[in-house]
Amino acid sequence: MWQYEKKLQYPVNIKNTNPKMAKIIMSQLGAADGELGASLRYLNQRYSMPYNEVKGLLTDIGTEELAHVEMISAILYQLTKGLSIDEIKRSGFDTYFVDHTTGIYPVAASGVPFTVAYFQSKGDIITDLHENMAAEQKARTTYDNILRLCDDPDVRDPIRFLREREIVHFQRFGEALRITQDKLNSKNFYACNPSYDVNCGKKK
Amino acid sequence: MNEQNLLLNKIKKYDFALKELNLYLDTHPDCRRALDLFNRYLMFREKCLREYTERFGPIVPEQNRNSQHWDWIDGKWPWERR
Repeated sequence: MWQYEKKLQYPVNIKNTNPKMAKIIMSQLGAADGELGASLRYLNQRYSMPYNEVKGLLTDIGTEELAHVEMISAILYQLTKGLSIDEIKRSGFDTYFVDHTTGIYPVAASGVPFTVAYFQSKGDIITDLHENMAAEQKARTTYDNILRLCDDPDVRDPIRFLREREIVHFQRFGEALRITQDKLNSKNFYACNPSYDVNCGKKK
Repeated sequence: MNEQNLLLNKIKKYDFALKELNLYLDTHPDCRRALDLFNRYLMFREKCLREYTERFGPIVPEQNRNSQHWDWIDGKWPWERR
């Protein structure tokens, strides 16, 4: 089960609103490589993980991703608080405003709403860990692109923190993959699926 | 049922009572009777939790007390049949 803690993982204090920037950063909430998809990916995959190191890692990273969903939402909230109708029209935020006012809704910058089709839970540890490593790199690239588009230091600071977390998660998933491969047939990692095939990875 | 599961079930019951009182207090923040019950169940829960984590290991990672090993990942996970 889960408990909520009434604090952000890393502070978000943005002095100036910026609806255009909010529309871009929204992708890290509702697009294919965003934090919501990341959390759901790991928390769904963990049930078919055969090793305790990986069950723990997916639980703990999946939980941390929920804290990142909250940080992105806090950034969006602060970037869009108290906007005038004129600012909304001028910035292009009007296409979001018409559907959601300034509420937080998981959608990509392009306008495509969030869908679970963005991630997979394949029931195979090798497959899932490779997806996760790719997912962390894709999220890191998205943060790099946000940093290329954003010059407000109040926004850049928490975004740089989140970018760094992608790199740490990639590293940990790589270690989880190594732990997994050490336990499997070293000549053929794909000889069997340890969460499905009986006696896989064990001496008979 | 073994002792670990008995103790864990007790914690779960206190958790549920606390959750119900939590939701009630969210919409009745000045209800003294509910506040009193919340504090009482919290005390019971803390006592059980201390005993559980000392004997069977952490329920949250921050309760890991072993300086030689990360007990957090050990044992059955909640979705596995005990």
